[in-house]
Amino acid sequence: MAKIVGALTSSHIPSIGNAISSGKQNDAYWKAFFAGYVPVVEWLDAEKPDVAIVVYNDHGLNFFLNNLPTFAVGAAQEYMTKDEGWGLPLFPPYKGYPEFSWHLIESLVEQEFDIAMCQELVVDHAFINPMRLFWPGQNPPPIRTIPVSVNTVQYPLPRPSRCYALGKAIGAAVASWPGDEKVVIIGTGGMSHQLDGERAGFINRKFDELCLEALVSEPEILARYSILELVREAGAQGAEIIMWLIARGALTGKVSKIHSSYHVPISNTAAGVLALANQ
Amino acid sequence: MFVVNTQSNKIPGTYIFDGAMAMKGYALNRMCYSFNSAESRKKFKAFPDAYCRSYGLSREQINAVTDLDVLRMLQLGGNIYYLAKLTGIYGMTVQDIGAQQTGKSIDEFRAMLLAQGQLTE
Repeated sequence: MAKIVGALTSSHIPSIGNAISSGKQNDAYWKAFFAGYVPVVEWLDAEKPDVAIVVYNDHGLNFFLNNLPTFAVGAAQEYMTKDEGWGLPLFPPYKGYPEFSWHLIESLVEQEFDIAMCQELVVDHAFINPMRLFWPGQNPPPIRTIPVSVNTVQYPLPRPSRCYALGKAIGAAVASWPGDEKVVIIGTGGMSHQLDGERAGFINRKFDELCLEALVSEPEILARYSILELVREAGAQGAEIIMWLIARGALTGKVSKIHSSYHVPISNTAAGVLALANQ
Repeated sequence: MFVVNTQSNKIPGTYIFDGAMAMKGYALNRMCYSFNSAESRKKFKAFPDAYCRSYGLSREQINAVTDLDVLRMLQLGGNIYYLAKLTGIYGMTVQDIGAQQTGKSIDEFRAMLLAQGQLTE
């Protein structure tokens, strides 16, 4: 059976992609931020997982409000990138793993998560930027991917407790896959930030630190928040921490922290990365 | 019946994009979604007013768009994930948008971000 070797969670701020493309990793503004990823990249180099399940939120690239699933799982041979409106660079497609995707889909529905299924899915910066951070210089990265898109655009958003349960269901699905692949689960978004409203620019270091601790040993603490409580504590888009909660939920073994890093601000976001091993 | 009313859980300075807002802003957001295409961005930039009308925006929404008034667009049902594609056409960063909405200069807004990252204890 396949095994989840760990969970990696990371911010996905668009400007990260621009910084990588223009080689600004050692500029004063970016240096500390990129340094935070070095131990994670080293862990990946050593561990060499075969499959990445990437839990992210689409920002109006693949999905519009006319037809917006709460949870959607990709089942394509490959995942293309596409113009998101800001002229960000396009990349060669990410390699899919449709057989594994369909197993995941069947298992999730069997576990009563009635997700949407996508044989075509274009991925945006929320998928791309963490891949560029975790596999620097490798486009596409040497790993097969399964995107899981979560609605964070249109309320009602899925409850954190439901997201945590989805993560557990993904964990169970991976454990029942007959292959012997190593799987890493990636959750993207956050940490605290708010782009819109008179409260724009809101950042809550204390709450972010609570998240970084709770996700290691007591994720249930975060699963008990409501979405509006998350918005109050982490800002309107800080609710993206639900993707981290899904990734954490998939870890069912003994969980230990490999590394975490926290940096304020990148654009107007508190940027964080957390790597957890699952034994 | 169990009713969730997101608007009654008011968080100051925060717009919850629920069903009521989504209905109000559908045309505006649909237009912004079109800006994923470079061709659409070009057409919009050449004739903003006409482009807005072709998507059925209200006069109030058109004025907010042509004024690049982000708060007003939010109040009229705009969603920030889509509005960012509009403001991007004019080269506005999320910090520019933040400064505009909070009535701060860009330097004041950046200073506020930095201050919140500092350890307080």
